[in-house]
Amino acid sequence: MSAAAFHDKARLMDPEAIRRALTRVAHEIVEHHKGTIDVALVGIRTRGAILAQRLAKEIEAIDQRTIPVGILDITLYRDDLSRIAPNPVVHSTAIEFDITDLHLVLVDDVLFTGRTIRAALNAINDLGRPKTIQLAVLVDRGHRELPIRADYVGKNIPTNLSERIDVRLNELDEKEEVMIEAAAAVRP
Amino acid sequence: MATEHAEQTAQWTKKDLLGLRHLTPEEITLVLHTAASFRDISLRPIKKVPALRGKTIVNLFFEPSTRTRTSFELAAKRLSADIVNIAAAGSSLSKGETVLDTVRNLEAMKVDVLVVRHAAAGVPHLIAQHAASSVINAGDGAHEHPTQALLDLFTMHEKKGRVTGLQVSIIGDIAHSRVARSNIWGLTKLGARVTLCGPPTLIPPHVEQLGQGGVRVTHQLEEAIRGADVLMLLRIQHERQEAQLVPSLREFRLHYGITRERLASAKPDVLIMHPGPVNRGVELDSDVADGPYSVILDQVTNGLAVRMAVLYLVSGASRGDHEAAD
Repeated sequence: MSAAAFHDKARLMDPEAIRRALTRVAHEIVEHHKGTIDVALVGIRTRGAILAQRLAKEIEAIDQRTIPVGILDITLYRDDLSRIAPNPVVHSTAIEFDITDLHLVLVDDVLFTGRTIRAALNAINDLGRPKTIQLAVLVDRGHRELPIRADYVGKNIPTNLSERIDVRLNELDEKEEVMIEAAAAVRP
Repeated sequence: MATEHAEQTAQWTKKDLLGLRHLTPEEITLVLHTAASFRDISLRPIKKVPALRGKTIVNLFFEPSTRTRTSFELAAKRLSADIVNIAAAGSSLSKGETVLDTVRNLEAMKVDVLVVRHAAAGVPHLIAQHAASSVINAGDGAHEHPTQALLDLFTMHEKKGRVTGLQVSIIGDIAHSRVARSNIWGLTKLGARVTLCGPPTLIPPHVEQLGQGGVRVTHQLEEAIRGADVLMLLRIQHERQEAQLVPSLREFRLHYGITRERLASAKPDVLIMHPGPVNRGVELDSDVADGPYSVILDQVTNGLAVRMAVLYLVSGASRGDHEAAD
């Protein structure tokens, strides 16, 4: 973990804003696919998995159909193992359905450099061959290092590279908000 | 994998894995937790992940081995690492090169991990002191065999749901067994109780002091079987016996061999474990080795997952920054 200390700079989304964004993204997914037949969600651990579960509920409310939801752990597909701090905890991937020929929607909380999504695409390729893969994120903060873009975005938040986006969800953080954090000023 | 210790707070900070004696319960649990995730990879249609792509691992085996060497080789390949196998016979060691010179030459070729097996205790430790690469002990003399003990712990946890509180009897040639020593450390650290059983000639004096009070010794097989959750049989190691320590294999079987009849006094859900290779009809009868209580082949399967976890952890333990999620 970086040694730099961060402090909250501004609250960008409150619980209501997060809920509205997810509802809108759910509608967009249903509209794009003209329903939900052969559509499945795969959330990227950890917060992406929570968001995928919530999106599935929203979609069910809209289309009256239950869609499959899986959880993807991309730790083993990262390209920066040698830079990972001495605690690379690996979790299981839990996708209990055959992804072949499905329209998959990958779900994550923040889209930043795109390296997580690249890793997720590689992981998905090892599990099967979906018909299409799309990407839904709660926040797109920019600064891509790879040619990757999201198909569904809860909120675009232009950021400075020195800042950090922290998505806090009730299930994990007992708070519901999206914060922008700035590095603490270094005192002489 | 549910664990008795808080694996999320554990960190792997060690360059090497040389034994279980110096690992904390949290570090042991971290390996077991990581191995649980790796086991799934072997069940996929594509049994490979790119986690160690670009890393080079050397299997440096100064002593013959099939099971452990193959297990490490497959583990490395499933993590996309490159692996080289070096056996002492047929290498420059047979021409008189020292172990450390061999290691220096391998390191000059920029390898990342050395998996070392040697007939003399302490050789992996010596190499680790001189090598910048990570060193994994794949068995040193009668000292330690950490990955075997880790896979044994993993298998017990998988089958029993816990290690804490288990009664584990290790039966046979304790004196020459590195598996027994590593298991004593690992089991007692995780809160299991260990009974060592065998003829007095095959149990070293004061061995119960290894396990921080969790170890007892008996020479009566019936005592070791009664109440045990796990019976771990060990092979009579002809190659490590400088003197004839048992009168005959037949006599050993008579007193310490696990037969179907003897299992009648065991717990109904007892596990039969063996690190292999099994001397059928000596420490274990065939119908027990292949019977419903035996988890010997599960041990082999789990060995692969545990070795993947160990290779991954020692390779990822370099100190550096981890970027926030992107």
